[in-house]
Amino acid sequence: MIIIAAVFVSNIVLNQFLGICPFIGVSSKVETALGMTGAVTFVMVIATVVTYLIYSGILVPMDLTYMRTITFILVIASLVQLVEIIMKKISPPLYQALGIFLPLITTNCAVLGVAVLAVQKDFTLLESTVFAIGNAIGFGLALITFSGIREQLDLLQVPARMKGVPIAFIVAGLMALAFMGFAGIV
Amino acid sequence: MQQWKNFSKGFIKENAVFTLFLGLCPTLGVTTSAINGLGMGLATTFVLVMSNLVVSIIKKLIPDKVRIPAFIVIIATFVTVVELVMKGYVPALFDALGLFIPLIVVNCLVLGRAEAFASKNTIWTSVVDGTGMGLGFTMALTVLGAVREVLGSGAIFGLKMIGGDALLLFILPPGAFIALGYLIVLANMIKEKTT
Repeated sequence: MIIIAAVFVSNIVLNQFLGICPFIGVSSKVETALGMTGAVTFVMVIATVVTYLIYSGILVPMDLTYMRTITFILVIASLVQLVEIIMKKISPPLYQALGIFLPLITTNCAVLGVAVLAVQKDFTLLESTVFAIGNAIGFGLALITFSGIREQLDLLQVPARMKGVPIAFIVAGLMALAFMGFAGIV
Repeated sequence: MQQWKNFSKGFIKENAVFTLFLGLCPTLGVTTSAINGLGMGLATTFVLVMSNLVVSIIKKLIPDKVRIPAFIVIIATFVTVVELVMKGYVPALFDALGLFIPLIVVNCLVLGRAEAFASKNTIWTSVVDGTGMGLGFTMALTVLGAVREVLGSGAIFGLKMIGGDALLLFILPPGAFIALGYLIVLANMIKEKTT
């Protein structure tokens, strides 16, 4: 249930407006979109689990919940560094493929957004993990479909002032409209 | 004169939303009405000015290697301040903006200015830059919010202007993308005219 809701009904990009920067920025080719999706999935799931444990294990018992924003962003930033180092050692090909996207993830609001949402919604650990996976799939689905459309869009004649970002936004709007069709299935 | 140029560039020429495409998530997420756009814009402006100020003061003390984490901690501190103040004084706005207040931390505009401008410039110039960019961002959010509110519910700043049904689509997520797309086209036309 959580997965379907996260992937289709309240899609993180098209409905919640998180992760718009990479959505517009790295979606001009399908290949880079795939790389970005991989990196985001990886970090998002680990970050949600780690921040969840820190939040319920340290911040809540010590009554420090107002430190949430600072703690979470630090955890995500150091996690991204850690993932980068580990990936470089263990799997150089994977690092080559995802490496350039990793630093960008720190400022991807989807990662922080999902971590904050998971603790706000009072999920259990398992639910949070599933929630993160669902959102990562939703992000990937939107990003990859969108990049496919944008590759085709390059071949079309678009009025000069609408070229590039403006037309991309209008296409995204139409995609969001299509995703609204999923409302109500959960 | 120099400072005026530095201040005014944030409105059209280097407008965060229309030209640099930074800070798009809150731009799309909170602009269901003009007042939400204005509130979010001012909150971001405060964080931007304060973080630019602090970064430019301590820029010589921060080792180059840890500068990004240091900037993020500075920004996160001011975001927490905004969060607590808004919760206390304007709870309705706090609820309407919701998740997007903690997300000011990852607004690429704020980190971008700290890194690209405040870490290289004097204190006063950085504050002027932060104010200009922040108010330009506020303007963009308010305009987008107003357009969506007029089209989507026939009102502006909560005042009903047009009777009867409106285009509900513009309050819903798809309308945000479409309205912003056309506003960027409009901003491009203005830029062509002025240059």
